[in-house]
Amino acid sequence: MGLEDQAAVKRVADEHGSGVVVLLGTPDAESTQTLAQTVVAGDPSYAGPLAGVPLGLPVFHVFEPEVRDQVPADVYEAQVALMEMSLDRDAILAGLREARRAATTI
Amino acid sequence: MMDLRGKKVIALGERDGVPGPAVAECASRAGADVVLTLTACYV
Amino acid sequence: MPRVARATSDMPVIRAVSLVLAHVPSLVRLGSKPLRVLREIEKPIEYLQPHLRDWEAARTYAPNQVFIGNLGVDELAAWPTPWHRNPIAEAGRFGPDGEIMPEDEFFGLLAACDGFDLLALDRDLADRARRALDAHPVVGRESGRPAIRAGVTAGVLDARIAKHRALPIVGTDGRLLGAMLPGHDEDDTLTGQVLLENLACKATAALALRHLLARPGAIASADVRYVMNCGEEAVGDRYQRGGGNVAKAVAEWAGCARATGSDIKAFCCGPMHALMLAGALVRGGLHDDVVVVAGGSLAKLGMKFQGHVKHAMPIVEDVLAGFAVHVSRDDGVSPILRTDAIGRHEVASGSAPLAVVKALYSEPLGRVGLTLLDVDRFALELHNPEATEPAGSGNVPLNNYRTLASLAVVEKLIARENIDDFVRTRGMPGFSPTQGHIASAIPYLGHARRGLTEGRLTRTMFAGKGSLFLGRMTQLPDGLSLVLERNGANAGAA
Repeated sequence: MGLEDQAAVKRVADEHGSGVVVLLGTPDAESTQTLAQTVVAGDPSYAGPLAGVPLGLPVFHVFEPEVRDQVPADVYEAQVALMEMSLDRDAILAGLREARRAATTI
Repeated sequence: MMDLRGKKVIALGERDGVPGPAVAECASRAGADVVLTLTACYV
Repeated sequence: MPRVARATSDMPVIRAVSLVLAHVPSLVRLGSKPLRVLREIEKPIEYLQPHLRDWEAARTYAPNQVFIGNLGVDELAAWPTPWHRNPIAEAGRFGPDGEIMPEDEFFGLLAACDGFDLLALDRDLADRARRALDAHPVVGRESGRPAIRAGVTAGVLDARIAKHRALPIVGTDGRLLGAMLPGHDEDDTLTGQVLLENLACKATAALALRHLLARPGAIASADVRYVMNCGEEAVGDRYQRGGGNVAKAVAEWAGCARATGSDIKAFCCGPMHALMLAGALVRGGLHDDVVVVAGGSLAKLGMKFQGHVKHAMPIVEDVLAGFAVHVSRDDGVSPILRTDAIGRHEVASGSAPLAVVKALYSEPLGRVGLTLLDVDRFALELHNPEATEPAGSGNVPLNNYRTLASLAVVEKLIARENIDDFVRTRGMPGFSPTQGHIASAIPYLGHARRGLTEGRLTRTMFAGKGSLFLGRMTQLPDGLSLVLERNGANAGAA
């Protein structure tokens, strides 16, 4: 995540306190894992405002079945379905699982 | 199961993935309150 | 260019294209990302030096050879990877589309483009640069360009840096090569750093334009009546940051005495908008000959360098790019720019990927009775994956081609299991340096022009994307697509 974006995420998470969740639209496993790590455990590159700041936010990806099931089908079709077909969904979700697993073992 | 209704959602999209506003549309139509929408572009 | 006895259309054509690179390893340190990251590094010179390539390595780098037209995109797809470890032995400096200029000469070009004497070069460097650049076939002394001023002593450079806040320009080995003065003492938009970025943009665009004008059968510089610049650099002062106008500066430098011009801004999508507008000026009859130019982005040098350092590979984002395109009335030979098949990301297209790709790809083709399968080759985002993947930014062209192929599935033109085949035959590997607006479709333009005139191509589509949301004035992206067609291919239909 860019440094400026980290600052915005940190500010919004601070301002809203509880009940904040992060929803990702990342296109590959690596970016998914990095972003998820950043908003859960802190910036893994130790470069941005979230370095060493474990926000511990619940993080999901729009490709996850439990997200898709909550979105009206026509909306999901228009906003997401094409990318779900073109991107490697399984790898992306594996990246997310890996980030979650790492977060629970900190 | 995570319920998006009533949640405050930070939508982090990507230009060559699902863009921020598309992620945000899904969240808000699922009943969430979108509090931040960003789209990353890494090139 | 020979004219054939074929009825010409009222559509504009792409008459000539030039694409140039300038290899600038010393300027990598001044890219936006390296500049910020290296502040935290104790010995930045030593840290960076092992990863900076010499000109030989940059010249023989297969993606750079594709950029200047010496190697085809299919040949690159078959070339062994990693490309940085598999150089092309016989790679030339010049190619059918342009050249890869070495750094010393480029410093000379920068100095020759500096009308305010703000860039001072070290004496030895200035002498070397003058000798080399004066003999250049396109921007040599006989081209009529300004002379390269004599260099200055190290003492003068030091004083400018210490007393006048000049930006030090340091070589890959740590030696002081020059210094760039600010244009004003208190203006953040005229610092040495900003002005060097703008000067690099002007110089690469000017080099591309001179190449374009030096082609056999090219338009005379005095016949160029309008120049559009679509680079992303913000030229202006504090009262009009980004106000412009690089186009005019480039036209002046290249000797286009009867031209005027303006800058077209749309992030990385700028070149597509500029080509469309150039075509419209020609088709509308206001000008017979319009040139679109863009220079390179110094700020984007080394953008992914941390990934390259981490993977112990050379920093391949060590080149500035530039291009120039001559758009003219139909000459009966050159590829047609179909102004009736322009794909537009409209405001209502929003951000939903399906709506965006329909607006850019299938809708404009459908409007003229074509489908995705009528396009031989698509030029989309062409960023070199060897630059982006080590930094975790993925293979941008591949992602974009897969999305396009998925649209073909949605439109029932191909079966889902044929996505990879569609990508392989109608796409291409990314080969462009990560130079933003230039990487967005443009680098294939030289190949397409050749393929559509001398080769086997009938129709190509170019699509650019712009990340407007980065400027924080809209959440929207931008996009525009153009169809280039073999001259006469549509003769019966229109």
